[in-house]
Amino acid sequence: MESLGVLLTFPTNSYLEEELSKRCKLFRLWETPPEKRREFLRANAASIRALVGNSGVGADAEMIDALPALEIVASFGVGLDKVDLAKCRKKGIRVTNTPDVLTDDVADLAIGLALATMRRICEADRYVRSGAWKAKGDYKLTSKFSGKTVGIIGLGRIGLAIAERAEAFDCPISYYSRSEKPHTNYKYHSSVVDLAANCHVLIVACALTEETRHIVNREVMDALGPKGVLVNVGRGAHVDEPELVSALLEGRLGGAALDVFEQEPHVPEQLFGLDNVVLVPHAGSGTWETRKAMADLVLGNLEAHATNKPLLTPVV
Amino acid sequence: MRLSGLPIPEPSKFSLPVLKTRQPLRRFAPAPAMMSVEKPAAETPAVEREHLPPVLLLRPLLSHFHDALAPKFRFLKPWESPLPRDEFLAAHAGDVRALLCVGPFPVDAGLLACLPKLELVVTGSAGVNHIDVAECRRRGIAVTNAGNAFTDDVADYAVALLIDVLRQISAADRYVRRGLWPIQGDYPLGRKLGGKRVGIVGLGSIGSAVAKRLEAFGCTILYYSRSRKPSISYKFFSNVTNLAAESDVLVIACALTTETYHIINKEVMQALGRDGIIINVGRGALVDENELVKCLMEEEIGGAGLDVFENEPAVPQELFHMDNVVLSHHRAVFTPESFHGVLEVVLGNLEAFFSNRPLLTPISE
Repeated sequence: MESLGVLLTFPTNSYLEEELSKRCKLFRLWETPPEKRREFLRANAASIRALVGNSGVGADAEMIDALPALEIVASFGVGLDKVDLAKCRKKGIRVTNTPDVLTDDVADLAIGLALATMRRICEADRYVRSGAWKAKGDYKLTSKFSGKTVGIIGLGRIGLAIAERAEAFDCPISYYSRSEKPHTNYKYHSSVVDLAANCHVLIVACALTEETRHIVNREVMDALGPKGVLVNVGRGAHVDEPELVSALLEGRLGGAALDVFEQEPHVPEQLFGLDNVVLVPHAGSGTWETRKAMADLVLGNLEAHATNKPLLTPVV
Repeated sequence: MRLSGLPIPEPSKFSLPVLKTRQPLRRFAPAPAMMSVEKPAAETPAVEREHLPPVLLLRPLLSHFHDALAPKFRFLKPWESPLPRDEFLAAHAGDVRALLCVGPFPVDAGLLACLPKLELVVTGSAGVNHIDVAECRRRGIAVTNAGNAFTDDVADYAVALLIDVLRQISAADRYVRRGLWPIQGDYPLGRKLGGKRVGIVGLGSIGSAVAKRLEAFGCTILYYSRSRKPSISYKFFSNVTNLAAESDVLVIACALTTETYHIINKEVMQALGRDGIIINVGRGALVDENELVKCLMEEEIGGAGLDVFENEPAVPQELFHMDNVVLSHHRAVFTPESFHGVLEVVLGNLEAFFSNRPLLTPISE
């Protein structure tokens, strides 16, 4: 696919970039300062037939309009909230993502974040590193994880994987979904507030759409309550972030573990001083193994497109 | 926190008897329900406590422990006496049959020699390495531990430490809190948990609980134990070095004894290899700590999650600068449920002993 002009919208681990550079004609969007981007796109629009985007910079309407030769958007990630799917459909532009290969890592991180928050692992690590552990008399207790009810918003691939892991800790599982899933024994709630009121750990694992924006709002956080813990491995926009900050500062919400934020890479600084939160920089799929598998899937989809074969993981 | 099995009387119903007449003192035989839980046991009149079975303490108990147990037992508290401990024991503990230790304070041969009538040592920990178990055996003294009260929480903690090390949760959290994400970009990649071979050193109740959890993450479980467990399908190793050679992760969950001291030594760490991770929720002395620090500094192993250390609260300072270690101050059991659970076990063992019933959690030989 040497003649395939590919626009890579984000700097990434070198494997994907190297392979794209070796096998295609690669255009690197981030190397151009934002104010020069329109010009850059105009200059290269005729050559760019493929776009590889991520959760930060995807293919919105403006981008698609700027690339009249665009044939395929191969997203590096499973979320499609940064791709204008309707416009792609209208223009006959194919869209692929990277499902399944990252399911385990995101689910692992969700559980790891819940444990880190409830058992105060990061706080303990900070405490020991500060040199403060001089006597053995501190008896502050943390929250047990095993056996606590886990509520999952979105029982797709990732939500199910989270449920399987939590079950190994004897956690009862309940969930909210657009409709009840017939083949599970987990307890279904038809509203997120209801789910939040009846679980101890609420985990966001659904896709971001217009309907699910701010699906975790003040009402949901109040229902989850001062002993409840919110874990977000979805998208920052799933959670009303200013409300989250006040809920935490005011003690209306027991704790939060966040992998995603509304304005990444910016994280509300009021959270930096809290011991009942854990903050990680969008690392859900951030392992060597998984990023390589994602990259291979992107490359495989592009290769298939370039050779007129069926796409591996098409969405549109 | 409600303790099942412990009566919680309504305070308004009962009050301590007040002697209003000049009649001779009558010795009441109070049922526990007669005691108001609001009154600290120290104020209970001595006349009512005299008949309670005496239990020797070595250190003060946490108040919730004390308040739950004091209505049922008469505690001997050597530290409250001006006498040196051995003299106190000679004067007051000659008949004592039971010793309660909650905390890793040594129960050694010297102490046991001062307690000729001792028949039971109750400890509030899973580990009994602070007790001279051989000497107890020689003297016919039974020892009970925490049983399974801590199993879930310790297993959860081991898994938490492992995910944190592989996925760099604490390190990434530090990175974010220092404001580095907008400046330095994404955090370096971590390592996937699924598919890792996890070698459990000591497949007791905690080791088994760790195994059950990690299987759900797609890990392959291997184990070392003193002897093969017949009903277990995990691959067994009779030698820890061989286990390490086939593992990506070692989880240390065995008891500390003279045989298992430094069971994780240089040879084991080298067999585990450059990417290997050690998670220790057992006892610090199960690992040769100096060697561990050296291997981490020279990148001969990949990382460690440690809740315990050889000389707590001292932690080797070299570890403070490493992002591939996660450090915790020996609190895997610090949840309300574990504290409640161990209190129930301690109380249950003491009550069983004093009513000549079988002990709940005697340690196996």
